Amino acid sequence: MTADLALIWPELILTIGGLITLMLGTFMGDRQVGIYQLSALLTLAAAAAAVVALFGIETTVFSGTLSVDSFGGFAKLLIYAASFVCIVIAPRFFNGAMRAEYPTLILFAALGMGIMASSRDLMTLYVGLELNSLAAYVLASFMRTDERSSEAGLKYFVLGALASGMLLYGISLLYGFSGTTDFAGIAKVLGGELNIGLIFGIVFVLAGLGFKISAVPFHMWTPDVYEGAPTPVTTFFATAPKVAAMALMTRVVIDAMGPAVGAWQQIVIFLSLASIILGAVGAIGQKNIKRLLAYSSINNVGFMLIGLAGGTQQGVEAVLTYLLVYMVTTLGAFLVVLQLRDAEGNQIESIPALAGLSQRRPGLAAAMAVFMYSLAGIPPLFGFWPKLLVFWAAVEANLVPLAVAGIVASVIGAYYYIAIIKIMYFDDKSDTEIPKGGGTIVEDAVITASALWLSVIGYLFIPVLAVLSASAAAVLF
Amino acid sequence: MSGFPILSLMLAVPAVASILCLFTGDKTARWVALGATLVTFVLGCVLWANFDIGGAQWQFQELHEGIFGRFDYALGIDGMALMLIMLSVFLMPLCILASWESIKSRVGLYMSMFLVMEVVMIGVFMAQDLLLFYIFFEAGLIPMYFIIGIWGGANRKYAAFKFFLYTLLGSVLMLIAMIAMIAEAGTTDIPTLLNYDFPVQMQTWLWLAFFASLAVKMPMWPVHTWLPDAHVQAPTAGSMILAGVLLKLGAYGFLRFMMPMFPDASGQLMWIVFALSMVAVVYTSLVALVQNDMKKLIAYSSVAHMAIVTAGLFAFNQQGIEGALIIMLSHGVVSAALFFCVGVIYDRLHTREIDRYGGLAVNMPAYALFFMLFTMASIGLPGTSGFVGEFLSLAGIYEASSVVAFVCTTGIILGAAYMLYLYRRVVFGELTKDDVKAMPDLNAREWTIMVPLAAVALWMGVYPESFLAPMRGDVTTVVARLAPAKPAGDAHLAAGKPKPAAAHGEAAHGSSHAGGVQ
Repeated sequence: MTADLALIWPELILTIGGLITLMLGTFMGDRQVGIYQLSALLTLAAAAAAVVALFGIETTVFSGTLSVDSFGGFAKLLIYAASFVCIVIAPRFFNGAMRAEYPTLILFAALGMGIMASSRDLMTLYVGLELNSLAAYVLASFMRTDERSSEAGLKYFVLGALASGMLLYGISLLYGFSGTTDFAGIAKVLGGELNIGLIFGIVFVLAGLGFKISAVPFHMWTPDVYEGAPTPVTTFFATAPKVAAMALMTRVVIDAMGPAVGAWQQIVIFLSLASIILGAVGAIGQKNIKRLLAYSSINNVGFMLIGLAGGTQQGVEAVLTYLLVYMVTTLGAFLVVLQLRDAEGNQIESIPALAGLSQRRPGLAAAMAVFMYSLAGIPPLFGFWPKLLVFWAAVEANLVPLAVAGIVASVIGAYYYIAIIKIMYFDDKSDTEIPKGGGTIVEDAVITASALWLSVIGYLFIPVLAVLSASAAAVLF
Repeated sequence: MSGFPILSLMLAVPAVASILCLFTGDKTARWVALGATLVTFVLGCVLWANFDIGGAQWQFQELHEGIFGRFDYALGIDGMALMLIMLSVFLMPLCILASWESIKSRVGLYMSMFLVMEVVMIGVFMAQDLLLFYIFFEAGLIPMYFIIGIWGGANRKYAAFKFFLYTLLGSVLMLIAMIAMIAEAGTTDIPTLLNYDFPVQMQTWLWLAFFASLAVKMPMWPVHTWLPDAHVQAPTAGSMILAGVLLKLGAYGFLRFMMPMFPDASGQLMWIVFALSMVAVVYTSLVALVQNDMKKLIAYSSVAHMAIVTAGLFAFNQQGIEGALIIMLSHGVVSAALFFCVGVIYDRLHTREIDRYGGLAVNMPAYALFFMLFTMASIGLPGTSGFVGEFLSLAGIYEASSVVAFVCTTGIILGAAYMLYLYRRVVFGELTKDDVKAMPDLNAREWTIMVPLAAVALWMGVYPESFLAPMRGDVTTVVARLAPAKPAGDAHLAAGKPKPAAAHGEAAHGSSHAGGVQ
């Protein structure tokens, strides 16, 4: 037991750091933004360092309920990085209304997500998921006086609770028919004959997880929550929990359901194609940039699921690479959205107001163009690479029709991404002034760095990414 | 020259300049762009001078394995690629000059996009790695989308969208086919894939996927509809580069990938290409005949010319393919020149409507002269570049199928009709309109652009051997690769006895063939 504790340093650090941050906020007051923010950031950095220190160890702890491996490590690093950025960008957005609960909740959410990514038992899975979700519900309604924010939180909570119910129902079925909550044990049972109870269990578990990754048809909450939640929180939702939920889904599908390919593969294929197509079509009519990015995240989840559908190691590598590139792109895009403020300092979210942005703020527009082209997967931008990898994995797994359908549907998605570019570059200037300045150096640096990385420079990192994702994916096989 | 990465340098010069242009003022951006394209052109000339005709098939190879993980940074050229690179680097400075005065807003971005375009185009021809090729091939969409969308005509946004989505939809299928090829053959190296025998069943699917992409780029009837829109709306230099080089990417893909990599499927499905080409030649020529918009007319004529190219390529013989290549080069120069001719008068009167002009021969004699030369070259008058290509390719097509040759020849007659009709309406007739009367003749800058274009069109017409020689060996290789899949033609040509006087010419042919095959 004590030996196990030494292997979960990242989780311990996050727990203790979260509590310290909470105490700092409580006793020093919400005005001392710098102090509790620093404490949260240091916690995340320390947790990330602990993950790096534990890299290479492949074992399980607490009687096999939690795994310590490079797959979880990879996901945790992404999660911590996204959380870090989301804490950095918050104070300016909340503009005086910043409270210590924000970094604290993010830390606890990150803790939950870390557990999700390393769980290998249905119970730890659920604990991690709920720890993350409960923090997320509160974060969504963080601006208490804002109607949209409260609505987003409530909606998220109700629908999230429904999804948790479905997941729990599936878990109970799986447990009831297999007699164990351990992933490996379930896999052993699923390797034998499938009965209707097990199949129902698989379907309900996947439905519950589909909600968390916002795959169609469980995506309805996404646009509303993304639009209503404060932008830093939306940035958080679009990045870290996506990574965690996708990692969890991968683990469940490969580790627990691996042998029953026939049972889950068709579900994943349906989720993926439905997400790609609906994510693309739904985005076309959007007038709000945050809603649009919500549909874009649905769309991208669909592509990740294509990689997962084959159930091969190559597919999982592709998913992990996709997660990393998607996270960088999305962070960049939301940071650009955060910079869009009119002369009075009000946040601009309407897409028509972006007209002619390239003439007002050429740098910002160029960065946004890079992110959009990258999300659309147009080479030579780096967003092309993960898309190529997932299709490659699908072709290698003999899922050519899926690859063809997915790639053709990606053209529909390209339409609205290039429509944003059209608005920024081709249209005449809108009436909305978008004055320069106000953004912190960190924000500018993150935008610049991610835009540069997503332009051709990213290709130089492919060998590194390949080694990392391969070592992470190998754990599951 | 061996060992010096001249190909990378040719990519790097415009790439660096494109970044520079973004951060400089309008005036500097123009000069930076001109300087960079000229330097690249000089490098291209050095490349041509050092190209060993009849030597190794692939020259100037550069290979950096592993820097991109799953694929390599592999460059290298053969004769076909060399000539198309020359075409690109030759047209580029002229395009920059053509937009010297007509582009007034956001000059830095414009020049930057053109330089990116240049990198992408010559990259396509240099790439020796399948994925690297695809990246360059697709990357061209981004700068072209900006060029049409920002500096285009009234309906530019629609045209930009149509161009982007149309070509993207085609290309993505090719990507899946490429992945399948890599999975099957286990390599991304193009020279290796060129000699890999894919299973016949698989070839058919791969062929169709490539065809979906390349037919759109080409463009072939009935997926050509993006081209007139894109051409009409694009700024003059955009049309020049679109017609001059981008349209050649499709034919290059046919010749580089589809024919040698899937020879059996090419043999089985050649009827599709022939059928579509025949329809295209006649149909688009007729459509060109009734256009009121000069750019649209030339755009449709491009589709017709490209149809002769595809038919020539699928004749599967030396003349047909060599002819198709010469048409590609010739059309690259001539159509760019014609679009520039339109641009010259558009800059003065700001309309492309043919009826608004007339009698230009009176007040713009120099312009009329150049315009006539390019019109004749487009028709294929002997002595101009068009003749060589059309004659060779039709001779090749005739060997494969007399019906196709007959229909394609009809297209050439129609081509003469619409081009001469255009010329008559714009240049001849009464000079009645006052605003037309006020139009000045060519200025020094326009002369600078016209003269090189005219010189090359004549050079290619009078001594095409300079252009054919580097490509001959590569064509022989492709023909040899296709030979087992080649269906019997209906012409049943019987070779006569060569006269002794012609013997040295035959010998020269024979030796260069042997050089190419090894």
